[in-house]
Amino acid sequence: MAILQYREALRQAMTEEMVRDDRVFLMGEEVAEYNGAYKVSEGMLEQFGSKRVIDTPISESGFCGLGVGAAMNGLRPIIEFMTFNFSFVAFDQLVNNAAKIRYMSGGQFTIPIVFRGANGAAGQLGATHNTSTESLYSTFPGLKVISPSNPDDAKGLLKSAIRDDNPVIFLESEVMFGLKGEVSDEEDYLIPIGKARIGRSGTDVTIVAHGKSYWIALRVAERLESEGYSAEVIDPRTIRPLDMDTIVESIKKTNRCVIIDESNPFASISSEITYRIQERAFDYLDAPIVRITSKDVPAPYAKNLIEYYMPQEGEAYEACKRVMYAQ
Amino acid sequence: MAKQTRKTSSRKTPAKKTTKRPNGKASNSNASNDVHEVPSSLSVSVSFDTYPSGAYSHTDLGLSEDQVLAMYRNMLLQRRFEERAAQMYGKQKIAGFLHLYIGQEAISTGTASALEIGKDSVITAYRDHGHGLALGMTAREGMAEMFGKVGGCSRGKGGSMHFFSKEKGLFGGHGIVGAHVPVGVGIAFAHKYKESGGVAVAFYGDGAVGQGSIHEALNLASLYELPVIMVVENNQYAMGTPIHRAFAETEFASHSVAYNMKGAVVDGMDVFSVYKAMQDHVALARENKPSLLEIRTYRYRGHSMSDPQKYRTKEELEAKKDEDPLVRLKIYILDNDITSGEALDGIDDDVKQEVLAAVEFAENSPAPELSEIYDNVYEETDYPFIS
Repeated sequence: MAILQYREALRQAMTEEMVRDDRVFLMGEEVAEYNGAYKVSEGMLEQFGSKRVIDTPISESGFCGLGVGAAMNGLRPIIEFMTFNFSFVAFDQLVNNAAKIRYMSGGQFTIPIVFRGANGAAGQLGATHNTSTESLYSTFPGLKVISPSNPDDAKGLLKSAIRDDNPVIFLESEVMFGLKGEVSDEEDYLIPIGKARIGRSGTDVTIVAHGKSYWIALRVAERLESEGYSAEVIDPRTIRPLDMDTIVESIKKTNRCVIIDESNPFASISSEITYRIQERAFDYLDAPIVRITSKDVPAPYAKNLIEYYMPQEGEAYEACKRVMYAQ
Repeated sequence: MAKQTRKTSSRKTPAKKTTKRPNGKASNSNASNDVHEVPSSLSVSVSFDTYPSGAYSHTDLGLSEDQVLAMYRNMLLQRRFEERAAQMYGKQKIAGFLHLYIGQEAISTGTASALEIGKDSVITAYRDHGHGLALGMTAREGMAEMFGKVGGCSRGKGGSMHFFSKEKGLFGGHGIVGAHVPVGVGIAFAHKYKESGGVAVAFYGDGAVGQGSIHEALNLASLYELPVIMVVENNQYAMGTPIHRAFAETEFASHSVAYNMKGAVVDGMDVFSVYKAMQDHVALARENKPSLLEIRTYRYRGHSMSDPQKYRTKEELEAKKDEDPLVRLKIYILDNDITSGEALDGIDDDVKQEVLAAVEFAENSPAPELSEIYDNVYEETDYPFIS
């Protein structure tokens, strides 16, 4: 096991896939000569040259559409968004073209493309630069949506995403790019898309959390353990397709569930998971499901407000106690 | 070809600096080191190639008589196919939106005649029947698509606006105005990347000129020197809005100046003018020199089937019908003794039968099974796999 930063794991994944398959190329703002706005693609221009690591002007609609066309015509593009906040400028390309052309063409054209970049809140950036987009993109059939919480998953899932013949939305995080963790040394390390990971086994309450919320869930579980409660933490890793089997099996054991979801609450990932749990495990629940999300407002700038805006570890802890009737 | 010279801007101050951009790629002024330097005066003077109607004979273009007749038959097939589609729409055999290409057929046929079908690629907007038929898609699969049948070119999943044929290089039929144009640039990007030798033609309407995606696409095409011909089919109206009410600059070929690529203006009512323009610009594209063609044309029918057409006069429409590209070509064929009137009537009968057979095929083709609703959403065949 090597210890890698999240950004290094992403770079390894892209590099290995570009070595393996010369149809794969990387395109985006500042990915080449600047070495990546967050240094994810550092050194890749030098290794692969300007044919395959390509800087773009600030034209998200243009270069995302270009990626879709290149994918339709036999290539396997990786399109980097500096952050997914900027994907809204290209929303039409993602949801109308990437997601729907396979279907509308009766399956004649495949769109093997990865749109990747930072997602979610990253501190005092103001409302436009702090959006969690997973519920938005997950609503569209035709897209897959992945949100890895650690370097190992980042590598294994990005490699799978690049090999997938569907358009994949791959959600990273500015605040996790420097996160270090063990990454498998396995040659050609692939993690299947659509399989959740049980981060910690437990018997008293199930906490479901993806992306950086996963780390809140782990801290809450540790705190509960010190008080004699056993929490099971599930990281879905893939939002669409969503591994409900793993979540439902856990709830059959714990009979309680708390969801931590960084999205704004209305029509969010937590809403969907809650619906699916009551559909499949209603009789197993001993308490209403509780979710901890960002506040239902645009992200504020002020330090105290943005901290209050985000899902709080304390809130999640209290929620777990509440569903266990342990208060 | 003729020349049209156009001065796009001029700001006069005592001393002058003139940037001349002749046809084709000019030197990139941004590459110079004195980019921050503001001259005391700056003007842009530019000229375009033009391809007027009546300027070319088939012998000038190296077209055989058989090729001319094939062009005529193809344009006629588009015309009769759409007339029948309109009738089927009235009978409620075809639903949704139906946008007819009638009047613009010289553009699709002229273009397809200049391409290597199977190697080159075409993408267009929702007025797409003509492009499909010109590339060799059959009337049967086109009609069946509009009937919503599995025998359709998109297995009944796309409808009138979403014709696709991977085999013929038709990358769609797209419904959102302007959204497919960056996709066309990406198709060209892949041709260059793969060194396939193929080129892409990205068609859009005058209405799409108002979309930012067009301008991003033009910039990327030129910046990356891609094998693409960007074609604005200027039929004068975006739904009910004439171009002068929508655009500060109505000479769309002039956008080529802003994006440092070659531009030309073409009369889209003469299939020979379109063919010649396409030949020239396809040849450039094969050398990774992108270009922008403004093809001026006219649609004789409404924007869609529900359009009362109050935005134009009957007189205007009648006058434009004198320029009908099919009539023009028919007269040309007869005047040049390429074939007889009887033989042309024979072609007409033949096309009519082909279209009737297409309707019959569409009627008899089965509707998709309900289970097919889940097919082709993803690569996986077990969808819906979300539990």
